[in-house]
Amino acid sequence: MSLLEVLPIALLGALLGLDVVSFPQAMISRPIVAATAAGAFIGNPPGGLLIGVVLEMIALDTLPFGASRYPEWGSAGVVGGALFASQPGGMPGALPACLLAALLTASISGWSMVMLRRMIAGRLARTRDQLEAGSRDALLLLHLSGMSLDLLRGALVTIVAMAIFAPLVRAIVAVWGSESAASHAVVVVIAAIVAGGALWKVFHSVRHVLWFFAAGLLVWSALLITR
Amino acid sequence: MTTVSPARDLPLRVKLGMYFRLFALQGSWNYETLNGTGVGFAIEPALRLLPGGLNGQQYRAALARESRYFNAHPYLAGVAVGALTLDGVEASRIERFRTALAGPLGSVGDRLVWASWLPFCSLVAIGVYGAGGTALAVVGTFLLLYNAGHFLLRAWGLRIGLSRGLNVASALGNPVLRQGPVYIGRAAALVGGVALPLALQRIVGPGRVLVGGIIVAAFIGIVLLALLRERAEGWRIALGVLAVFVLYSVLT
Repeated sequence: MSLLEVLPIALLGALLGLDVVSFPQAMISRPIVAATAAGAFIGNPPGGLLIGVVLEMIALDTLPFGASRYPEWGSAGVVGGALFASQPGGMPGALPACLLAALLTASISGWSMVMLRRMIAGRLARTRDQLEAGSRDALLLLHLSGMSLDLLRGALVTIVAMAIFAPLVRAIVAVWGSESAASHAVVVVIAAIVAGGALWKVFHSVRHVLWFFAAGLLVWSALLITR
Repeated sequence: MTTVSPARDLPLRVKLGMYFRLFALQGSWNYETLNGTGVGFAIEPALRLLPGGLNGQQYRAALARESRYFNAHPYLAGVAVGALTLDGVEASRIERFRTALAGPLGSVGDRLVWASWLPFCSLVAIGVYGAGGTALAVVGTFLLLYNAGHFLLRAWGLRIGLSRGLNVASALGNPVLRQGPVYIGRAAALVGGVALPLALQRIVGPGRVLVGGIIVAAFIGIVLLALLRERAEGWRIALGVLAVFVLYSVLT
């Protein structure tokens, strides 16, 4: 990918990275949205959607509670979607390789969010006297610069991730040894385990929840038979 | 005695200004004041109506106070933002109110939004994908459904805060906030039972002979992960297993 091709993707990564915490938290940063949008940018929305769904299942495991450190799925979804959507169809290693790239990006991007929030705390300490004096300018500067830096953070993460993973994924796909069905199956099993485990983690305290899940499985079975 | 805050009947443009600023509440979120500076940012349009206006002593004192440490779920922070725009309340009482409100607004919001509404909407979108939905249908369903709840919750919070002032505690006993997570959790489990296998089927593709093996492997994995509960993070395990698999597939 050339720099001109990466720039729109970086802009998308910046905007969706901003959504995670700063603005507007409308969940356009969820991987199912981010990866699909990136796929659409590349001209392959179904490709972006496929990896977006897999990432969404894995993202169910990470809920943004309090000050806990969690992966950043906005920029990661964009990277995963752009990488997968730009692979030629039918390459068995494309999905696992792109998924790995997206998960690594999510982890690194999560770390970058922590660094950014520490940086904002540093700026806050330097302007404390002004804030304590009720300075509107100091407050607006702190707030708007925080959002601007978050936007920049998302763009940088996306550019760096694309620069590293685009050639790496291409190389991995070229020498991939496992067959297509097995490659997809491994990804599907991983996504199913993480999503199932996440649902249990989140909802196990709700009374009768297993019965509701079982009822859902029954509906699925009925659909399977009637189709 | 220091009094704060403008008239209770705020002009519509001020209310709208506060509402839109609530979407950027976490723009300067940090590990020291958490949402505090965001609350100051969101409430600032209302503080301009204090006697003396932008350069008045009351404006400056109130802005400084509202920008200190505060923690709440971002979607419910509007309750505090609205409540703090009151007439003639002692500053010390406001401090106590901020301290008392932070915990409940955080835990109620976390349970309702992050641990119920968000996973539910994700599962619905995954279900639409499993049912054969197009990219537009999947993304559109998710964004419309999720943000219907999101936008309404933010608006409700601000309205309740503005109308009830320091008496918002009773509003937090709203049945939607108290019982909502239970009902949404059950609905999410029901949807998950249909959506996850449907989506996995579509990803694997038609006519694959591995479906039986996938179901067994997934079931065993889910049970193991459920037994580990908080001791294991699923996404980290996924990352590790995937890295090993990619390495194996490249080297063989």
